[in-house]
This record gives sequence, C-alpha cells and structure tokens, in this order.
Amino acid sequence: MQHLIVGAGPAGVHAAETLRRLDPDAGILLLSGEAEPPYSRMAIPYLLSRHIDEAGTWLRPSPEHFQRHRIDVRHGLVERIDSTHNRIHLNDGSRLDYDRLLLATGASPRQPPVAGVELPGVLPCWTLEQARAIARRLQPDLPVVLMGAGFIACILLEALLRRGARVTIVEREPHMVPRMMNPTAASMLKRWVEAKGARVLTGHAVELIEPNGDGLRVCLDHGEPLEARLVIPAAGVSPNIGFLRDSGIGLDQGIVVDRHLRTNIDNIFAAGDVAQGPDFSSGGFQVQAIQPTAVEHGRIAATNMTRDGALCHAGSLNMNVLDTLGLISTSFGNWRGAPDGEQVELLDEAGWRYLNLQFDGDHLTGASSLGHSDHIGVARGLIQGRVALGEWKTRLLREPTRLMEAWLARSLAAAPSG
Amino acid sequence: MQKALLIDPDKCTGCLQCEMACSFEHEGRFNPSRSRIRVFTFHHEGCFVPYACTQCADAWCLQACPVEAIVDDRTLGVKRVVDERCVGCKVCTIACPFGTINYSQASGKVIKCDLCGGDPACARACPTTAIRYTDADQTGYEKMRRWAARSITAAEATA
Repeated sequence: MQHLIVGAGPAGVHAAETLRRLDPDAGILLLSGEAEPPYSRMAIPYLLSRHIDEAGTWLRPSPEHFQRHRIDVRHGLVERIDSTHNRIHLNDGSRLDYDRLLLATGASPRQPPVAGVELPGVLPCWTLEQARAIARRLQPDLPVVLMGAGFIACILLEALLRRGARVTIVEREPHMVPRMMNPTAASMLKRWVEAKGARVLTGHAVELIEPNGDGLRVCLDHGEPLEARLVIPAAGVSPNIGFLRDSGIGLDQGIVVDRHLRTNIDNIFAAGDVAQGPDFSSGGFQVQAIQPTAVEHGRIAATNMTRDGALCHAGSLNMNVLDTLGLISTSFGNWRGAPDGEQVELLDEAGWRYLNLQFDGDHLTGASSLGHSDHIGVARGLIQGRVALGEWKTRLLREPTRLMEAWLARSLAAAPSG
Repeated sequence: MQKALLIDPDKCTGCLQCEMACSFEHEGRFNPSRSRIRVFTFHHEGCFVPYACTQCADAWCLQACPVEAIVDDRTLGVKRVVDERCVGCKVCTIACPFGTINYSQASGKVIKCDLCGGDPACARACPTTAIRYTDADQTGYEKMRRWAARSITAAEATA
C-alpha cells in the first residue's frame, strides 16, 4: 500500500505518523511544498522575536525523526491530480503514484485586492522564507503597516515591537479580531494595543500602496496616508485549492469531505486547513484552519486511509487562543451565542478582564475571554463533553469564573459509581 | 504498575499545603498561584477538591503542541513540558479539556503537573492523605479521569 500525503504541516505530519503506527509495512511519502524540514507556522512569531531559532519551529525536533519512521519526506509542488490513474503530476515534470492520497495543502494569506501589493516591501509573514525576509528588514524605528487586525496581525505585534518597529494596524472592520471576539472585548484589546505603543486604525481600508522614495506610501479610504518601509498583509487565509480546479474533487470553501474526511473520490482524503471538515458546534462542515483541528484531521483521515471507515468524526470544536502583547484572549465553540440561548458577561475594564459564556438549555455551548487564561481549557471540556450543568448553570450565570468548579462538580456527579 | 496521584476530596481540609509544596518544588518559592495542583473550594457543599493533570492517555496537550514541546515519559506515566522547546503559544491550554495545563506569564512557557519526577511534593505535604501517590487503580481520581476522557473522546470520534 502506497500512501501519498501532500502537505507537511501538522495535519500531514500527524497523518504520516498515524499511518506508520497502524500500517508498519506501508510506503509513506510526505510531499512538502517548501524546501524546509516540516515546521510550524505558529512558531514563526517567536522566531521573529528571537525567542527561538529556526530549529525551534520544526514540528519534530529530531532531524532523524522521519527517517526513523520510514516516512519519505520530499519537496515538490503538485501541478495536477490524475485520479483515474491514481497519480499526481509535479511541476518539475515528475509523477508520483498512490493507492491512497491525502490532501493536506493548508492555506495561504489572502492577497488584498489593492493596487501595489506586488511591490517589494509588501511581504506576508506566513512561510519561513517570508519570515527570514522580514527579519532581515526589521530594525529600530522601522515604520511598519499591518493590513488587518486579525489573529496573525495580533500575534506578530509582539515580535515587531520587540524589534523596535513603529507599527500601525489598519483594519477595515469596525473592531479588531472579529473572528474571535465581540465588540466589547475588541475595544478593550484596542486600548491595550494602543497603550503598548502601536497605532490602531479600525474602520479604515487601504486603497493603494505606492512607491515613495526608498519606502512606501499606504493610502487609506479616509485620513492621512501612512509612510512605511514594510507592509505586512494579514487579512486572513484561504485554503490552497487552486490546483484542484479541474481534478473532479468536490470543492466549496475548502475541499468537501464526509465524516470520514474522505472526498468525493474514494481513495482521496483531505485534512487540516484545506479541508471543510465536520464542525462540532453547528453539526455542519466548515474550514476551521486551527492547529488542534489539523491534528485531529490528520489522525482521523490516516486511520480511515488504512482501516476503511474506522473513524467517523463527530466534529472539531472551533477554538482559538491569542496573546496580543501579553493580553491573552480565547474563544470556544459558539461564543457568539444563539438567538434564544442564555448568556452571561463579566467585564472588568480596569483589570483588563472579560469573560463571556453562552448556554443552550443545560449545556455550555460557547465561551470567550480576555485576561482569563487559568484553567480555561475546561471550557472545551464542558462544551465538547456536553456536560449537563444542572444547578451549576445558575451558579455560572452568577459567577462565570467558576468553570473549573462546575466541571469538577458535574463530572464527579455524573461519573458512574463503583 | 505505574503510580498516579490518588485524590480523596472527602479528606481535604483546604489547607493548601499541596499548592505551597508544588510551587516551592517547581518555582523555588511559596506562591500558590504558580502551583500545578490547585484546590478548588465549594462553599455550598463545604468541601475542597484538589485537582491536577491526570496524565490522561489522550494527551490532548501533547497532541496539540505544534513543536513537540510536550513529551510522553512512559516509565513514569507522565506528560512533561520540555521548557527548551516550548514557545509559549498556549494551544495546549485550550486543547486540554480538563484545564490542567496553564500558561505562566513569568516564564513565558506552559506549566503542568510532572509528578515531580516520581516523588510528588503535594502528596508528601498533604497532612490528611487526601493526596496519595499510589498504584493507579479504579477508584476516585482514576475513575474520574477515565470517565472524563471517555466523555470527550465519545464526542470526538467513534466507529
């Protein structure tokens, strides 16, 4: 049995390792789109801030790891898939055959539809190569514009400020990080970021980037243009599905899969940021593009590749954690709430703390927080474990910070005796 | 047989000696907020529940780590944070459904129970044997750990 995995991020690597564990004799080829050891994009901000070196970004620290598990890691880019002949064509003209194929090609930063984004000096911070280019440019007092105030922009802020850059964030939406926080939390975050020395322009759109002497000028839809030496587009990511247009593989926001993470073609699976996988909260399918989901996908897809239909995925819980210059925020599941659900909010503006819990009947269904990070994982346990809260729902509505006590009380109460 | 922390909440008086001992063992100072084991207070019921990582088999923290900074020490049955590898991304702190791996602002890394390398300071410090380090069995803490693991796993993936 020959397994071919396209993409060497967390989904691809976990899939390869799962396949090796379940099928000691299989051939496993892991095709990486970048000429690097498999690495974690999540570690890039810590590389930029000089907390770690490049080896610190590797998904597996031991250089012999893949060899030892007989996982053949190669570098190459897929041009097209010939599913009739179970073969992929690479852009260097070579071909690879497979019995089972896993597409774990990840996502890429969205290119903002703005004239001038192709100029030198406009650099996304997504790959190791791009991080190196940005690191070479960073110097004290360098004026930097971040296009977008989402997850990636926030997590880059620490590194940029640490390296002495003067940062302006431009966000089209009225508030920061709209994918993981509501306006209440976002306005606190904005005040925090401004207090730490970055400028935040929400409700502003970049209209044009143009050369300006040695640097760039960033023109906005209103207000003064910004001078910059480096512009980092950080306006979200999209699944890498372009090469699949004529493959016959079903596509929607990402690659369409069933609960076994199988595509519409029997021996082709998808996992990670590229897969529109099962979502725990809605019961539907969505692209989540988060690390824990990529890992789950990799393991479940690989199990089904070698043990036909063994695992049916009930859904990944969408969740995030973000450290913006020391202020930690989280979001879990249906944190926006349901129209007929119950909710509770705890706001401490002076203490930089916020907590939001969402309930549906007897269950916690979502949570988001700012400045509350101790034991916060238990929100996942309560939501995904569908823990019946009983009298603890009333207590949580009164004292929302007591999530851990609620979990302990209700899990002990519900545990079978004897 | 591997040993585990066996916790009997009925015996806990809420004295917090375990938190003190844990913090001193790992941080060199008495600061309960840095303890890996925490005692939760239930005013309504008038009881206390000490709680720390159960070293669960699913190892959600280890699975979610993007840089292999959490390792499975099988001789001791412990999931251990490798400080030199941890970048402080905190993904494990939301992935652990039991809330028992936490970020330490002081160190910029995550912290969790490591059973003190086989001689847990909390168990030594507990004056009422509410916390014992003993053969893993089917009572108390172990029962809770299995139930909890099952309830989450069932929601995640089944045949």
